[in-house]
Amino acid sequence: MSITLSEAESRRVVAGHGVPVSPFVTGTTTDEVVAALDAAPTVVYPVVAKLCGRAIAHKTERGLVRLRLGDEAALRHACDELLAAAKPDDGDVEVLVSTMVAGNRELIAGLNDDPQFGLTVMLGVGGILAEAIRDVVFRLVPIDEVDAGEMIDDLATQRLLEEFRGEPAVDRRALIDALVGLARVGEQEAGIRAIDLNPMILVDGRPIAVDALIEIDDR
Amino acid sequence: MSHDLSALFDPKGIIITGVSNHPGKFGFVTLHNLLASGYEGKVFPVGREPGEVLGRPVLGSIDDVPDGEADMVFICTPQAVNEDLLRAAAAKGVSAAFFAAAGYREAGPEGAEAEARLVALADELGVAVAGPNGQGVVSTPSKMCAQIVAPYAPAGRIAVASQSGNFVSSFLNLAHHTGVGVSRAVAAGNAAVLGIADYVEWFAEDPETSVCLVYMESVDNGREMFERLRAVAQRKPVVVVKGGASDAGARAAASHTGALASDDAVFDGMCRQAGLIRARDVEEAFEAAATIATQPLPTGDRVVVVTTVGGWGVAAVDAMSDTRLEATPLPPDLYAAIDEKLPPRWSKNNPVDMAGGETRDTVPEILELAASHPDVDAVLFLGLGIQSNTAAMMREGGFYPDHGLERIVGFHERQDARYAEAAAEIAARTNTPVLVATELANARPDNAGPAAVRAAGRMCHASAGRAVRSLDLMSRYAKWRRARGL
Repeated sequence: MSITLSEAESRRVVAGHGVPVSPFVTGTTTDEVVAALDAAPTVVYPVVAKLCGRAIAHKTERGLVRLRLGDEAALRHACDELLAAAKPDDGDVEVLVSTMVAGNRELIAGLNDDPQFGLTVMLGVGGILAEAIRDVVFRLVPIDEVDAGEMIDDLATQRLLEEFRGEPAVDRRALIDALVGLARVGEQEAGIRAIDLNPMILVDGRPIAVDALIEIDDR
Repeated sequence: MSHDLSALFDPKGIIITGVSNHPGKFGFVTLHNLLASGYEGKVFPVGREPGEVLGRPVLGSIDDVPDGEADMVFICTPQAVNEDLLRAAAAKGVSAAFFAAAGYREAGPEGAEAEARLVALADELGVAVAGPNGQGVVSTPSKMCAQIVAPYAPAGRIAVASQSGNFVSSFLNLAHHTGVGVSRAVAAGNAAVLGIADYVEWFAEDPETSVCLVYMESVDNGREMFERLRAVAQRKPVVVVKGGASDAGARAAASHTGALASDDAVFDGMCRQAGLIRARDVEEAFEAAATIATQPLPTGDRVVVVTTVGGWGVAAVDAMSDTRLEATPLPPDLYAAIDEKLPPRWSKNNPVDMAGGETRDTVPEILELAASHPDVDAVLFLGLGIQSNTAAMMREGGFYPDHGLERIVGFHERQDARYAEAAAEIAARTNTPVLVATELANARPDNAGPAAVRAAGRMCHASAGRAVRSLDLMSRYAKWRRARGL
């Protein structure tokens, strides 16, 4: 069997291997969250607040995500509501607050334990239509920078990676580093079954994961 | 682990078991095919009934084979007796066996047990065992068609390993059809001992082989196969076509990444990473292998299309739009040089449409100019054979050879043969691929153009689109090599 790490835990693991994630802090009380945010200059308003915990898989469906919080008052209100919405079944929970990054283009990346080939790393076109479009490419973990560059080249929707609606072309170097780092998580961390970075938003062409979920073997 | 398969592909002597006078039986057919292909080693038919088959004396037992004169055994006998036969053959110095015999894993639990015993026995005896339940092995350097079915194949540099026997036949039939030949071909059968990776590793070391061609359906030990085939691809190109698109299904689809994974997408990524040249179907796979076997690898994606008339060139550029190949704008010096050779009505662009303005030497000259230009990575010549097609109608129209027809027919046919020879010669000299395509390769294979391509053992593509597809696959492999400093 496997267990799913909380978003905060998942973010820390992938960030530790060089995968860029949006700046974030966590806390188990509203005061703790606000204090953590005050001490973290990289997390700036507007922010997103989410209730997260290992047992909480579907934050959006349960209304546990609060977007576009513009100041401390709004954040405090959201934290109070989110913590009050926790159910006994949810186990240990905390509030995750991250800078709300903006970009028109979304990618999806992840790891998956393939029945035939073992751990694979994926890059794809993200967003709500990702599973309909299925413009995705896979490689076997580990990958090097050359493999990562070829993953980018193999996406069918190359125009998405060029200059787009006033946003610069994708920062190839940054995306290669993110993919190599993501694959390295699978190589170096024990028991990884799956990772979703969904979505990775292209912010000024640079990929930044705004959600992360890791599934690991439960041993 | 790498097996020495030289006794399987280049045996000095072959024992065939299960030989009888019945021309429908595997033993008879194998002996027939081996003799018909001109195999020059020693052949020892073994059967229950003494006498002669196809003029060869049939031995009653492997014990009657002289020591050390056979190093391969071809097994056509029923499963129950084969372990004893393999022991007897090994005692005579046999180090490779092809098991055409069925009745193994494909036949249920008892067969599976027999197959497990065969694997253990092969290991004990140190015999390289191919099959069981396979159709045979072909090796043109040894003039050997050790198969229970047809065909043999023209000699060439493509080596085939297939998990399906009938696709071995398909590839060999395509070799006959195109004239681009084969070095080795083997059906893996149940692959009890030797699998695709074992054969391909041996092909990688084989001086007679320049490209491997693989058909596979099942993937066992995917990770190990990936590592082994990647190591081969670093040395020689490996073209892969995979059957069985259905999904294994058992995925952890709780994750988005898992939900987006399919066997086909993961297999495709594995191929790209390992440098395997994945073709969509058997025909495309053969044509890619045939192109790679007979052309230099391109050093980039810039293609110049040379055509005798317009439409073919348009089709070629259309086909390139689905690929990473580029119909490169003509470099100014190349443009100027071509402009000097053609009347003003030429296309002045890529595709270079000569608009029927070519004279005696124009085609070879323009192919040469394009292929030797440093900013051109490949040349595609369309319209080969058009003159000879006119000539064919003149030959057959009832007025030949009078009215000056003999002379013009001869001129047309010599010209097309010359163009084909020029394409080959220029490719070799400039180290730039020069592909030729015309539907006459299929419609009129006797046409002097495609016939000359074929006589040179090279691939004449049946359409611009198919040539583009082969070039694209070849170009992707070349790019994979360059990116890794190979």
